[in-house]
Amino acid sequence: MGGHWREAGVKWLLAVSSSVCIIVVLVIFAFLFKEAAPFVRDPGVLDLLGARWTPVSFIKQQFGIAPLVSGSVVVTLLATLLAVPFGLCGAVYIAEIARPLEREILKPLVEILAAIPSVVLGFFGLVVVAPIVKYVFNLPTGLTGLTGALLLALMAIPTIVSISEDAIRSVPRSYREASLALGASDIQTVWRVTVPSAKSGIVAAVMLGMGRVIGETMAVLMVTGNAAVVTLSPFDSMRTMTATIAAEMGEVTYGSRHYQALFWVGILLLLATFILNVAAQRVLRNHQRA
Amino acid sequence: MRRALTDIAVRWLMRCVTYFIVLVIAYIVIDIVWNGAPALSWTFVTAMPKESGAAGGIFPAIVGTFCLILGAIVVALPLGTASAVYLSEYAKNGRFTRMIRLAIITLAGVPSIVFGLFGLGLFVLFFHFGASILAGSLTLACMVLPTIIVASEESLRAVPIYLREGSLALGAGKWQTIRKNVLPYAIPGMLTGSVLAIGRAAGETAPILLTVAAFYLPRLPRSVFDQCMALPYHLYVLATQYPDADKIRLMQYGTALVLIILVLGVNLVAVILRIHFRKKYKW
Repeated sequence: MGGHWREAGVKWLLAVSSSVCIIVVLVIFAFLFKEAAPFVRDPGVLDLLGARWTPVSFIKQQFGIAPLVSGSVVVTLLATLLAVPFGLCGAVYIAEIARPLEREILKPLVEILAAIPSVVLGFFGLVVVAPIVKYVFNLPTGLTGLTGALLLALMAIPTIVSISEDAIRSVPRSYREASLALGASDIQTVWRVTVPSAKSGIVAAVMLGMGRVIGETMAVLMVTGNAAVVTLSPFDSMRTMTATIAAEMGEVTYGSRHYQALFWVGILLLLATFILNVAAQRVLRNHQRA
Repeated sequence: MRRALTDIAVRWLMRCVTYFIVLVIAYIVIDIVWNGAPALSWTFVTAMPKESGAAGGIFPAIVGTFCLILGAIVVALPLGTASAVYLSEYAKNGRFTRMIRLAIITLAGVPSIVFGLFGLGLFVLFFHFGASILAGSLTLACMVLPTIIVASEESLRAVPIYLREGSLALGAGKWQTIRKNVLPYAIPGMLTGSVLAIGRAAGETAPILLTVAAFYLPRLPRSVFDQCMALPYHLYVLATQYPDADKIRLMQYGTALVLIILVLGVNLVAVILRIHFRKKYKW
């Protein structure tokens, strides 16, 4: 009889442990909103929609997040644009063309990139990439949105490669065989049959890569120059939402308007990545079902 | 004939692109090893920093990072493995399970700086831990939790069903079966996944930025309520917060190298564990 109680107890204990995840997610949302909430009453949420971010000012504090959002969007899109062709080519090559031994070597090498801490990549960007960007494009400074995008593309590549590769390899062999039997060459088969069949997995990989890029903090903080201006030119210095929180949170008075505004930026980031991730998972699930 | 030529061209293009990625990765690692190696010495890793980090060693930063990782493991490992056992062995495909899965996916995607904000709001301010190792470790633990759960669940599911059925058929209880006939075979995989998660935690800067990291603190932490230095944050400080950042390049590269050795070392341990156990258990 004691065994029965123990069984029930263990099950209950394990269920409680796994609910910790749910609790943490709820508490994250709750605390971000709790800390950000007073902003709604005092300056009002509309203040967030402005085009100027001057949180420390003797004349007028302004908390318009437009420059931060534009910074994040430009850097993220540019990084994605750079990472997708490289990531996709790499994934297809590793999955379909590389010899088995070559694959065993290439895969872990690309995974090393995912393991390098972002602060180290940021440092590398600062010391090596920024001077190159400055020289090549003849700019006054190498600390630009483009430099940030280059580094972020590097960070997105391992995510895109490894998830796309899984998707490509999970395409049934019969598809390839049918294509080859009809006289298509192996390269034609790869690009016209295998890759299109793995399309949704690849889309999910790109979305997850974007999620990683938009939330990335240290590398962009170190190399984008951090000017809070609305700009669409990647050759300008810009500042992303993540970098703003990291750079300014250390200096604000807890509970001040500036503090609350930074939490709003955090909420926006959280929502953006949440939507990207959930959408990507949905795409992946549909892919597996098909 | 033309088609054959296009095929060859496309094949080579893809090969070049792939090797270009690998080359860039190699260049980054080699650049840091090459420039950082001259800084490495016994005193560099065991001495206190001097002149706000511009000279001396990085000992407190190494110790700080180890403390943070240890704290994160102590909290996240039991919780993560317990969740994984529940999800793989007990959970039915119901509402609760779906919620847990959604929570794991969400948690895995939360940007690291948002974890920092959350840690600041909850642990530092609400629980009054202050900027401390405790607050930082708990924040990191929340961050690595989803990785540990996903990896552990995968390795639990890889244990063949007949090992469970055999034990159950002999009259063992469910928990007894899991403990004696499932966990022993799954633990290597769980360990590997957790080690990888820890490697990631060791290199993270954003979550500890707001919850624990000290700019310059040339002594060792005395309790879990102490602030501490940490390797990634120390590198950030050295690289960006000094007026003459160019003059302390050697210190910066040295710190970056130690951090990379630590992180890649942890990854290497995981890979070796995986190979070792893969040879041992085969079905």
